Amino acid sequence: MSERTVIDARGSFCPGPLMELIARLKFAQVGEEFEVLSTDKGSAADIPEWLKKVGHQHIDTREEAGVWHIALKKMK
Amino acid sequence: MAEKISIVVVSGERERLQMAAMIASVGAVSGDEVSVFLSMNSLQYFRKGAAEPAPAEGAFGKLLEQKKAPPFKQLFQSAAELGDAKIHPCSMAVDVLGVKPGELEPWVGEPMGLTKFLSDAHGGQVWSF
Repeated sequence: MSERTVIDARGSFCPGPLMELIARLKFAQVGEEFEVLSTDKGSAADIPEWLKKVGHQHIDTREEAGVWHIALKKMK
Repeated sequence: MAEKISIVVVSGERERLQMAAMIASVGAVSGDEVSVFLSMNSLQYFRKGAAEPAPAEGAFGKLLEQKKAPPFKQLFQSAAELGDAKIHPCSMAVDVLGVKPGELEPWVGEPMGLTKFLSDAHGGQVWSF
């Protein structure tokens, strides 16, 4: 598994975590993996929805002590 | 299924500006074709460097300031820079407010008239705040 870049968006509210992710994805290479950390439950649901709509791979989402970890891979 | 989304923003209240900016930014980065038309009380906040917070309409607006919600101007900027949203000031509002060329944020486009906005909006979704 390739190394994942962590995007720490803890404390930010919707759509802050999504915007932080998109700003990073814009300059990333296809195939790069990221893990977004978010304390906003809405973003934990909305980011996978966005990945599906736009066509990036949602690897998984897990919650640890109130922090959601959303793992994904840039596909295009 | 890209949509055409036109957003008219006339309010100067924080909650409405925030909701408009949320829809503009999320729509634009999801591949929708977003255009935003800034008029009436909203335009003053888009002068370069205008940092004065928009007044809250209710209790929720006050919470927005305390919590770490992304500021609406930053969201509009993301909509334009990350999602290619077109953000234009209403030409009438520019004239009434006396805004000179170059006084608005660089990600805000040229003044636009209603005829052009309406013809661009034709057949798509229109949201107003």
